[in-house]
Amino acid sequence: MTDSHAPLSAAGANPGPGFVEPTTESDDSRPGDTLLAMRHITKTFPGVKALDDVNLTVRRGEIHAICGENGAGKSTLMNVLSAVYPHGSYEGEIEFDGKPASFSNIRQSEAAGIAIIHQELALIPELSIAENIFLGNELASSGVINWNRSELEASRLLARVGLVENPKTPIKNIGVGKQQLVEIAKAMSKNVKLLILDEPTAALNETDSAHLLDLLRDLRSRGVTCIMISHKLNEITALADSITILRDGKTVESFPVTADIDENRVIRGMVGRPLSSRFPDHTPNIGETLLEVRDWTVRHPQVPDRLVSKQNSFHVRRGEIVGFAGLMGAGRTELARSLFGHSYGQYVSGEVRINGRHADVSTVSKAIRAGLAYVTEDRKTLGFNPLDTIQATTVIADLARISNHGVVDRDQEVAVADDYRRSLRTKTPSVKERVTKLSGGNQQKVVLAKWLFTQPEVLILDEPTRGIDVGAKFEIYGIIQKLADAGKAVVVISSELPELLGLCDRIYTIAEGRITGCLPHGEADQESLMRLMTIGTTKTDDNAKAEDLLALTNEEPIA
Amino acid sequence: MKLLKELFSGDIRQFGMLFALLALVLYFQWQSGGRVLTPTNLMNLLNGNSYILVLAIGMVLVIIAGHIDLSVGSVAAVAGISVALVMRDAHLPWWVGIIIGLLIGAVIGVWQGFWVAYAGIPAFIVTLAGMMLFRGLNQMLGKSNTIPVPADFQQIGAGYLPEIGPDTGFNNLTMLLGLLAIALLVVFALRRRAQQAKLGVTLRPFAVTAVQLVLLAAIIFFLTYMFATGRPGTSFPISGLILVALVLVYSFVAGRTILGRHVYAVGGNRHAAQLSGVKTKRIDFLVMVNMSVLAALAGMIFVARSTASGPFDGVGWELDAIAAVFIGGAAVSGGVGTVVGSMIGGLVMAVLNNGLQMMGVGADTTSVIKGLVLLVAVAFDVYNKSQGKPSITGLLTRGLQRRQSSSDLPDQTSLSSVDQQPNGPTGQNPPEQPQTLVGTAADH
Repeated sequence: MTDSHAPLSAAGANPGPGFVEPTTESDDSRPGDTLLAMRHITKTFPGVKALDDVNLTVRRGEIHAICGENGAGKSTLMNVLSAVYPHGSYEGEIEFDGKPASFSNIRQSEAAGIAIIHQELALIPELSIAENIFLGNELASSGVINWNRSELEASRLLARVGLVENPKTPIKNIGVGKQQLVEIAKAMSKNVKLLILDEPTAALNETDSAHLLDLLRDLRSRGVTCIMISHKLNEITALADSITILRDGKTVESFPVTADIDENRVIRGMVGRPLSSRFPDHTPNIGETLLEVRDWTVRHPQVPDRLVSKQNSFHVRRGEIVGFAGLMGAGRTELARSLFGHSYGQYVSGEVRINGRHADVSTVSKAIRAGLAYVTEDRKTLGFNPLDTIQATTVIADLARISNHGVVDRDQEVAVADDYRRSLRTKTPSVKERVTKLSGGNQQKVVLAKWLFTQPEVLILDEPTRGIDVGAKFEIYGIIQKLADAGKAVVVISSELPELLGLCDRIYTIAEGRITGCLPHGEADQESLMRLMTIGTTKTDDNAKAEDLLALTNEEPIA
Repeated sequence: MKLLKELFSGDIRQFGMLFALLALVLYFQWQSGGRVLTPTNLMNLLNGNSYILVLAIGMVLVIIAGHIDLSVGSVAAVAGISVALVMRDAHLPWWVGIIIGLLIGAVIGVWQGFWVAYAGIPAFIVTLAGMMLFRGLNQMLGKSNTIPVPADFQQIGAGYLPEIGPDTGFNNLTMLLGLLAIALLVVFALRRRAQQAKLGVTLRPFAVTAVQLVLLAAIIFFLTYMFATGRPGTSFPISGLILVALVLVYSFVAGRTILGRHVYAVGGNRHAAQLSGVKTKRIDFLVMVNMSVLAALAGMIFVARSTASGPFDGVGWELDAIAAVFIGGAAVSGGVGTVVGSMIGGLVMAVLNNGLQMMGVGADTTSVIKGLVLLVAVAFDVYNKSQGKPSITGLLTRGLQRRQSSSDLPDQTSLSSVDQQPNGPTGQNPPEQPQTLVGTAADH
């Protein structure tokens, strides 16, 4: 304990910019030399290559941004670096601070001076600021915490991150922006050399974001090296010294930020790839409007003054596959789940019409009866009961269909499950197998079967191919297209833009809970989508126009 | 040779739990010098434990749904004293008393179910409160006195099947019921086999099924014989008959109906169930109501057996019922468990009690042994689950669940056996099984 805090005490006696200066390091630690080099990093998960020969070089004292689409491998790379995935579980080498690094757990990487601040803050709401800062690292002698010193050190750290709060204040009593600062103070208490921030401003409002960015500049001037993962490209181009772009688990390029680097340049790097023939051929056969949603407004379940869906209107036609593109946290899943039986947030206003008639979707069973089906994004925790067999899972959402006076007909159950096994080509020795024994793609087919069994008119598929290997993706795409051809309306929510572009007849973009645009198949490309997805709420006029334009072109007035 | 192998590869596991129980019985039979397997003792065993087993039926559903009920003993006591009071003071016939008792259970269940399901208070807290509340209510109502119940009411706890028909040296009704059970066992097993053949499932050799059937039938016949040849005036107990009926009904409900599926779905993954249109709150409510109704019934059976309702009836029953359920293979986290498994769990406890008593072991030692049995059974389960190996409880109950599933009783193959045997050789488990064990467990 005492050792790790020695620099702090020294700094306390001599406050100022020198606070985190790497004074303890050897002579070669000049700003500008290489602090971190990750070479040929390859990380494989069952069935998925998350990182493929990734290289990353970070110079001392810079802010290095890592950009990429959702699922490009940014977070995986940072987890490799901070030893969430320990040395040995990946291929490649890491050199940190001039030494080869082979951390086997987070403690070791922290001891070496790497601190990571995750998107979801790791603070304990009931504990005070000071307790959180020194959690796991308590200022104590013989196991007894020295509260006076804790609070003193905590106030010094808070002063350095520009946070004016009593260290005794419980974390739950301060806002998210301030909590973010506490996280940074916590990282600084560990004598950090490399600070990794994963989407640091995602949950912050503009003032807090600006403050945080100022703080990062300030830290840089004091010699702290930062890696920053962010979707907010304007922040990145304004702040970062260099940028590394990842795509599909590979390093695409790495370049210093100069005056001529702008957001479009970064977007090009993130998406610049031709659409390969990863999709079955398909000619859409689109009919009349089937699903119509008007002015759908939903409150956040815990924060009543935050709207997760803001007066959104959209429609899907028979035989049409409609995509929803948006960044993480933009409100796609929230919108879908609130439509499906109000199972997310607090319903405020809006109407759902199916086949031109008002549809009551206020509970899940009513939504199912109205013809809605929703395949969840989180298959493992929301998609099925892990104790169930394939046959039991297939029929659970509509047991009444195979029951007689409440008694389930097990022969029919087997027959139904077997039918879907055949028609969806689920690979399993028998429908009596447990769902969890199947691969991701086959699990997804079982979940699809479960919803197809309810005979829906409208299917909302949330990340239908997440965690599924390429071959199975192709099959799922085929199934989705067949459903559309059978006259269903299909909504696909996906973080993979190429998937939406390859599959959908029309794509809505959503940002901060609001639909910001809608592009038909021919007009959408990754750049235009990315632009609409990163639009702030300030541009609503344009969005409204986009929606109007589209409505006109489709001769399908909305609302 | 091959037949033997087949019998003992699939069947040791399938019969596992029953074998454990049988082994226990035979051990005590040997140690006590033949005093366990006598008509009188078997009747005592059943009469003295039927109310706990009735509680275990309700408790296993509560636990499958992911809750717990600590109040059952107190609820039983309130129902018992109320029924005793109305029958004494209003001179109501016994059957009105029973209906009133069940209604009281239902009202209490609505109260507790409301707090658990709709107010969102954890069942542990609600029923802990209920445990104190209803205990107090019992003593308030009875003024801490013992209230006797009329003789005809006592039948449900201490009565036997009547003597009818010609004097055959047996109790005819018991004999008939036993033979009927054997007949049904065979019919259902063969029908199941035929159905599976129709569905194209690979069948095991007929000889295996036959041997299993013969073994089960032999057990049933032996027990029938025992109950039919007791001292005059005794036969198969009424409380046992109530229990068998309940086991059959609840196994069916749990395994074969939409309601049962929903209970397992809620316990297995509440959120997934909700997003599949299952009304999770209603399920929570119903299992709590059902538990209290069965607790009231158990209370009445006990009062009938002990001929009076007292202020300390039902103390500690909740723990016996919970122990039976967990020994019977239910998971603390919910989603797993069977009615029949819980019955076997309860009988293991009962036989331990009874056998140790026969051997002259004191209550203190008995309690120590029972505690260890519970701990070891569940610890093996947890350890083996973490190791991905088959577990003892899993091994012991799996056969039952399998059997149950293929019988015309419940189908919980998916839920229970798999959970306990993550990487166990489930795959090779033969798909074909004989008729239920419910008969064996309870027909006698």
